[in-house]
Order: sequence, then structure tokens, then C-alpha cells
Amino acid sequence: MVKLGERESTRNAYGVALAELGEIHPEIVALDADLAGSTQTRRFADKFPERFFEMGISEADMMCTAAGLAVSGKIPFVSTFVIFGAGRAWEQIRNTICRPNLPVRICLSHGGISIGEDGSSAQACEDFAIMRSIPNISVIVPCDAAETKALIHEIWDKPKSPVYIRMTRNKVPTILDENDQSFHQKFTLGKAVTLREGSQATIIACGQMVAVGIQAAEELAKEGIEVRVVNMSTIKPIDQDAIEKAARETGRIVTVEEHNIYGGLGGAVAEVVTERYPVPMRRVGVRDVFGESGSPDALFEKYGLTPKNVVKAVKDLVKS
Amino acid sequence: MKVKEMKREMITAKVMKTAPESPVNIERVSPFSQTRDEKVLREIAREVRKDIIRMTTEAGSGHPGGSLSATDLLVALFWGEMRHKPNDRYWADRDRFILSKGHGCPALYSVYARTGYIAHEILPTLRKLGSPLQGHPCMIHLPTLEISTGSLGHGLSVGNGMALAGRLDGKDYRVYVVMGDGEQQEGSVWEAAMSGAHYKLDHVCGIIDYNHLETEGTVEEVMDIAPLAEKWCAFGWHTIEIDGHNFDEIFAALDEAKATKGKPTMIVAQTVKGKGVSFMENNVGFHGKSATREQMEQAIKELDESE
Ligand SMILES: Cc1ncc(C[n+]2csc(CCOP(=O)(O)OP(=O)(O)O)c2C)c(N)n1
Repeated sequence: MVKLGERESTRNAYGVALAELGEIHPEIVALDADLAGSTQTRRFADKFPERFFEMGISEADMMCTAAGLAVSGKIPFVSTFVIFGAGRAWEQIRNTICRPNLPVRICLSHGGISIGEDGSSAQACEDFAIMRSIPNISVIVPCDAAETKALIHEIWDKPKSPVYIRMTRNKVPTILDENDQSFHQKFTLGKAVTLREGSQATIIACGQMVAVGIQAAEELAKEGIEVRVVNMSTIKPIDQDAIEKAARETGRIVTVEEHNIYGGLGGAVAEVVTERYPVPMRRVGVRDVFGESGSPDALFEKYGLTPKNVVKAVKDLVKS
Repeated sequence: MKVKEMKREMITAKVMKTAPESPVNIERVSPFSQTRDEKVLREIAREVRKDIIRMTTEAGSGHPGGSLSATDLLVALFWGEMRHKPNDRYWADRDRFILSKGHGCPALYSVYARTGYIAHEILPTLRKLGSPLQGHPCMIHLPTLEISTGSLGHGLSVGNGMALAGRLDGKDYRVYVVMGDGEQQEGSVWEAAMSGAHYKLDHVCGIIDYNHLETEGTVEEVMDIAPLAEKWCAFGWHTIEIDGHNFDEIFAALDEAKATKGKPTMIVAQTVKGKGVSFMENNVGFHGKSATREQMEQAIKELDESE
């Protein structure tokens, strides 16, 4: 069970949920590329060895094998690190999973700079951009373990199209309460969830940056600035109505993401804002640079993914 | 290592990148001299292994197993084979070295330190914020590197590119690329295998650190690559199988590679993951995990007492 307030990684919640689902749905199969211990598909592999395919360090092969399984009636969950899946095997995903519109679940972990000490070669901050620009695929970035669990249980067989889920390595605070009656009603693919109300600006975040957004909102409230916080876990299809509503009602938007400021959540929100209801925006994210080795917290500090920086962005807008 | 010193080292590195003739180089002249004397090399390898253990424990993460298995190969290359000058690191005629299995970089950083490319005192900064010693090799942070690595299956293609450039420039430098056995599972390795043979890149010498383990278990159970030497042979490479911890065999293979004309050479080196530390040897648990402080002390003691 995922406990409110406790720290747990999204990849861990994924592994647990996948193993649970495997019990109920024999059509689920899983594939990994020599990282099952890290991505947590090991849990599924241990329970259902005959439905788990270790592909070795060959991500391109893994994606197309998943396509073959999917077109033959299986529901493949494919896992490795974000950089090697979304990055290395992007063209396989684009041409052989998305073009035929196959129900492959591409569940990748260790995204963003929070992978930490391994350094820039593995710190994928480009995946939202390159994945959301492929037709047919849904792109989801759960904010905590509770949302990850709910998400995996929801998307296992719908939509019938490809789904990309981006998870992270480090433990993150669980901010959603799965025991709250409204939690499961609120959680729907493609629907943004408002976690805090406010009228002076809206912070739209995804992944572990949602917790950062909430902290920023709490800081701002102390100074009398009330901001709305929206969890935009589905980056595609993005909840256009929630964005327009935020623009109309609060007049200012700040996006926060563990991703390059180009092409990610900020870009996706800006696309909607400019077409539907233009208001001033700020994007908080990695500012078009590669990461480096360091602890996740030290990196968040250095690259500006902190409540302090979000507060600054909101104040910038409120003042102007 | 103090942050200030670290910064200075990084600046030094940057200066060198832009101005190879900079007097900064002179400060870095080391007592390094090349040798194939096995006794000397064993001592060096012992120190490199101790560095690897200390660095990764200090970092609290990293890949000691695959660093230890590749140590003798790297020591043989840098001390007994490659043409290079630590005090003139951008010398145009130097042989090139690529660690395609970039996660084994603690071994390479130690070798760089002990040949005089970098200050030994910076080794404990491995994987820390601001360090030139990134978790996976990054040439922007450490310009001594010939290329940035960390994503498996890229290095051999880069080596081929360097050899093609050398041919165009009329240079006779050689290119050495060390790969992992798990890395052989990447399709791109076999694309490089094709192009290396197609372009008859006899200045390229690949070495496979065949330690039979990867992240999740043995290479045989994860995704078997056998028969490996036969595969490289079929792709048109001159292939040599050796014991990767035996300096005589390593040098004989490197000499044979140099004498081979018209095709690239692949040396398949049988190694032991975690080599030199009893509890790390053949233990997949130390692929991506560092020793605790206690384990570190024991490892250092074992290495000191070994022959
Ligand atoms: C393309 C790619 N996929 C996955 C990884 C993650 N990874 C790092 S090391 C490793 C195992 C490497 O095994 P091997 O090549 O045998 O190296 P060694 O055993 O010598 O350490 C994996 C899967 C990676 N670095 N690059």
C-alpha cells in the first residue's frame, strides 16, 4: 500500500502494480533490457517468468519485439531507463509501435536529472518533447507512487493505443491520498487535477515537480499570494480546458517540470495558452543544458528546480 | 579535495583544451615511463584497483566490478602499448583510447591520474557535484577524454571515425576501444563491426572485457552472445582470444593486432568481474554498487597482500 506523506519512488510503485496486474490479466507480458532490478520489472519477472522477456542490452530490438507481441494480442509493458528507451529506440517507437497504433505500454524509469550521480549520459530531459511529438501516443508523468499505481491499473488495456509513462529513480513524497474517496474518481487519463485553489496565478506541474509546486504555493500563501496548483500528469492528450480555465481565472501561469524548458510541459501548456487565452507565463525547468553528476537535491538546487525558484517565477508574474 | 582546487583542475582542463601548448602542461609532467615489465605492471594494477575501490566507496555509488575486470587491459595499453604523452595530451599523433563501457571509468580515471593526465588528489571527487570525474565519462568536464561515453554501443563507431580521419590525414595513430561483453548485445556494435571491416580499418583494435556478467546476471542467461570470437571473425575482423589478466598474452595480442593489415582486430579477453577482491569476484552484486567502508578496508588489505 502506498502511504500518504511517505517517500516512495514512482518506479517502485510501477513494479508493484505491474506484478499485481499480471496476476489478473494473462495477456500482460513484460520486457526489459538488463535493468529489471532498477526499473522494478523484476517483481513481475519473479512471479511470471514465462511472461517476462529479458532482452539484454538491446533496446531497439526490445521495442520491435514488443510490437510483435502487441500485434499478436499481448499487452506488452516495456521498461528500461528513459534515455535508452525513449532516446535510443525512438524511431522504433515512432515507426513500429505508434504508426501501427499498437497497445504497447512504454514504462520508462530514471528520467530527468534526479537519476543523480550517474551523470548527464543518463539524465534524459528531452523525452516529453520527443515522445509527445509522435502521433497516437499518450504521454504521462505521474507525480508520486499513489498516482503511478492508479495509473498503471487504469491504462493497462485502455487506451488501445501506445502509452508512454515517465518515472524517476529517487524516492519522492507521496502527496495524493489513495484512501481518499475522491482520489480514484479524480484520476482519469487526460484530466488535470487541481490540488490547491488560488486566484492570482496557476502553477502547472508534473512528476515530482508537483510537490515542489505545492511547497512554492505554501510559501507564497505566507506572503498573501494565493496560487492554484494543478497536477498535469497527462502531457498528451493535454487537458486544454483546465489550462484555459486557469488562464481565464488566474491570469498567470507558471509551469514546472524536470525536463528541458523546450518542448516539454511548458511548451505544451504555452501552445494551448497562446491559442485559447493568452496570458503571461514563466517556465521553470532545465534551461537547455546537460546535467552532471551529483545528488538529486544538489542538482535540483543547481538547475533551479526548487520551490524558491518557482516562488520567484510567480512573483515575477504577479508584479508585472 | 577542496572545491576550490577542484575548480582549478577544471579550469586547467579547459585551458588545455583550447591551448594545448599552454605552459600548464609542464606542471603536469609525471614520473610516468612506459614499460612492459610484468612485475612493474602488476604493482601499478594493484594501485589502480585500490584507487577504484576507494573512489567508488567515497562516491557511495559507481561500478567497481567492471572497473576491476578491465584494469589489467587498461594498464597494459597505457604503460606498455599506446603511443602517448601525458605532458602533451593533444599531440596529433597519439594513439586514441575509448572506454566504450563508460561505466568502468573509475579504472580509466585512476590510469589517467597515475600516468599524469590528471591530479591524483581529485580521484575522491568522483561522481560529486562539480567534479571533472563524472559518473560516466564526459569530455566537456574532462577534456583529456577522447570522447564522452556512458551509453553502451557507441564507442566502436567513434573509434572507426577516428581511424577514418587518421587515414585521411595520413596519420598512423592507432585506436583502441574497450567494450563490455553485455555491450555486445547492442545492435549498433554490429553495425560498427560491419563498417570497421568494410573500410579495412587495420588501425582499430577493439578489446572485449569478457567477464561473463552484466547488470542482471550472467551474460549467458540474460542474452547469450556466444560464440563471440566466431561472430567477430564472421564479420571480417582478425580475432584473438586471450586471458585478459595475463600481461604476456595481452601484449602478444596487441603486437599481433598491430602486425595485422587490411582488417581491424578484435581481442576477446577472458576476465573476472571484480578481479582482485575475493568478495567482488564473479559477484553480480558489485556491478553497480560500491563497497561499504568496512568492505573497502578488507578489499584494500587483500589487494595489498596479494602477489
Ligand atoms: C545503451 C545502454 N543501455 C543500458 C545501459 C545501462 N547499463 C550500464 S552498465 C550495464 C551492463 C553492462 O554490462 P557489460 O557490458 O558486460 O559491462 P561490465 O560487466 O564489464 O561492467 C547496463 C545495462 C547503458 N549504459 N547503455
